[in-house]
Amino acid sequence: MNSRVEHHAHDIPSAEPQPAELVALMGEFKDVDSVFSAAEKVRHAGFRRWDVHTPFPIHGIDAVMGTRPTVLPWLVLAAGLFGAAGGIALQWYCNAYDYAFPISGKPFWSLPANIPVAFECTILCAVLMSVFGMLGLCRLPTHYNPLLKSERFRRVTNDRFFVVLDATDPVFEEQSAEQLLRNAGAKYVERVED
Amino acid sequence: MTAIEIDNTYDDPTKRTPLVLGGKDFTAVTDAVCNVAERPTTLGWKIAFAVALSFLGLLGACILYLVTTGVGVWGNNQPVSWGFPIVNFVFWVGIGHAGTLISAILFLFRQNWRTGINRFAEAMTIFAVICAAMFPGIHVGRPWLAYWLFPIPNQMQMWPQFRSPLLWDVFAVSTYATASVLFWYVGMIPDLATLRDRSTGKVRQILYGIFSLGWTGSSRHWHRYERAYLLLSALCTPLVLSVHSVVSFDFATSQLPGWHTTIFPPYFVAGAVYGGFAMVLNLIIPARAFFGLKDIITPRHIENCAKILLATGLIVAYSYSMEFWTAWYSGNHYERFTFWNRAFGPYAWSCWVMLWCNAMSPQFMWSKRLRKSMVAVFICATFGNIGMWFERFEIIITSLTRDFLPTNWWPFHPTLIDIAMLAGSFGLFFTLFLLFCRFLPVVAMAEVKSIMPQAHPHHGHPELQTPDERRTDYRPDEVGDPDAAALGVP
Repeated sequence: MNSRVEHHAHDIPSAEPQPAELVALMGEFKDVDSVFSAAEKVRHAGFRRWDVHTPFPIHGIDAVMGTRPTVLPWLVLAAGLFGAAGGIALQWYCNAYDYAFPISGKPFWSLPANIPVAFECTILCAVLMSVFGMLGLCRLPTHYNPLLKSERFRRVTNDRFFVVLDATDPVFEEQSAEQLLRNAGAKYVERVED
Repeated sequence: MTAIEIDNTYDDPTKRTPLVLGGKDFTAVTDAVCNVAERPTTLGWKIAFAVALSFLGLLGACILYLVTTGVGVWGNNQPVSWGFPIVNFVFWVGIGHAGTLISAILFLFRQNWRTGINRFAEAMTIFAVICAAMFPGIHVGRPWLAYWLFPIPNQMQMWPQFRSPLLWDVFAVSTYATASVLFWYVGMIPDLATLRDRSTGKVRQILYGIFSLGWTGSSRHWHRYERAYLLLSALCTPLVLSVHSVVSFDFATSQLPGWHTTIFPPYFVAGAVYGGFAMVLNLIIPARAFFGLKDIITPRHIENCAKILLATGLIVAYSYSMEFWTAWYSGNHYERFTFWNRAFGPYAWSCWVMLWCNAMSPQFMWSKRLRKSMVAVFICATFGNIGMWFERFEIIITSLTRDFLPTNWWPFHPTLIDIAMLAGSFGLFFTLFLLFCRFLPVVAMAEVKSIMPQAHPHHGHPELQTPDERRTDYRPDEVGDPDAAALGVP
């Protein structure tokens, strides 16, 4: 799973001593309330590239962070329509066009008989798009992430909450960012290096 | 249990019901659930696994014998060409309905208690659908030609017949299997990440790492994840209702007395949910004790499931009586005979077993005292499972053995192979289920945490709470909350 880059960095550190680069600052919070108010402060400080990492989705955090609604429902709608059209076209091609099938004097082409399969095709395509569209929009799977190297960050999937400020953000400046996180009530602030 | 047991089965709607007991916080929930997958293999699990595996071996041997010998090893004959394999198929696919009902329909209805048991039920669904899909696969007689069921270009230049409900079944069951697996897996990604972050061994780290896809709990990811979950629920709700409806079309579109009725789709769906909940209860009551999850799968969860068992049992009982009534009221000679034959013919015992198990035994669940008794609920659920198998047996066998002309009549007797295959399918089911309990997160931890009071912003500050947050059915991920929108914008 660990990408080659990481192995390289761990196995032969002395071969090419590259200075670790600061990619982000991470502040740890111990409950929902404190991370919630910290998120408000970070947003007001003008940050754009930052994130709140939590063990479960927090109510209202999207509004605080200014997360725009995802385009996913539209993608799913498109996939569902594609599935419906595809399901009907498949049945028409198979039973009415390419291989006309005379069965008990029934018409070769009648929509009511084709609804169940068209329905299942609609659902199938929409389900596939919900899952893979969501993963694609989240850029998952991403098996290398400098955050995952942090020992402390492991508790993000358990009981701790983190605000992560990306170093590439235009307003990011290490000292002030650290101060911002501490003022917001972070228990620990850690440098994320890569 | 040494700690004080809190009774969370009260009916006062003004009090928020705790769904996690034992004073557990987020850490304790993680520990309790992960412990199931992390602790060394217990002797009990090993014994159960050995038993399940030997039944799976029996199934394998039976299939080998069937394939090398021919379908004559079954009791199937003319006119009963469906026999046990299709009885088993309908039985298993019915069991597979509770999982998606709990995950999708109860999610849309904001039933927070579903979080404690949805993972179990979804896993059960998938394993039941695997058992179900196997039976038509071998029932076709030449399983190596089973791909003819799908519209795949082949050497005969023929396409499948899309006006046949049997083909609708292929699409319905395969779509359902795909959607259930994806729904289950998507729900599991955050919990697999929890196991990844806790694991110490290299093998576990790598495997959980691969399957958790690099999940970091980012709120921007949660936003899309929750939207995807909502969409999946909305898509799976009509899907789950369609699957057993389509299965019932296999019967209802035929001309056979006893099958040719319009009540079949809703009746089959209600029966499937009833049978599915019976299986959920049969699995979860021992599992919560065995895995130490009594604080997460609480008496209230069991009681709610028992209520659904009762409600769907009543729908099933109503359907039975309506079938008999319609048969009489139709004035149709054959229809009337078929139902008289069901209740008093050579297979009358299957009808009475069915009526006792599905119509009578759930009536005990009217009593709150019995709903709170694990033993009573377990016994009722066991009756439910037995009854649902006999229902399918009764529908298929009585109608096929005696149709219109007495010259066509022929009795059906299952062979030893028939019975061994049914037992073997339970081996397949329990083998998969035990592997799931051993290696995967058995409870949706992230979801359970999200319905705990500590998960709400302003927890412990009632003066700051929005009216929504004070609601007893409050769900933190509810969309379109005006209070939330008012909080953010700078």
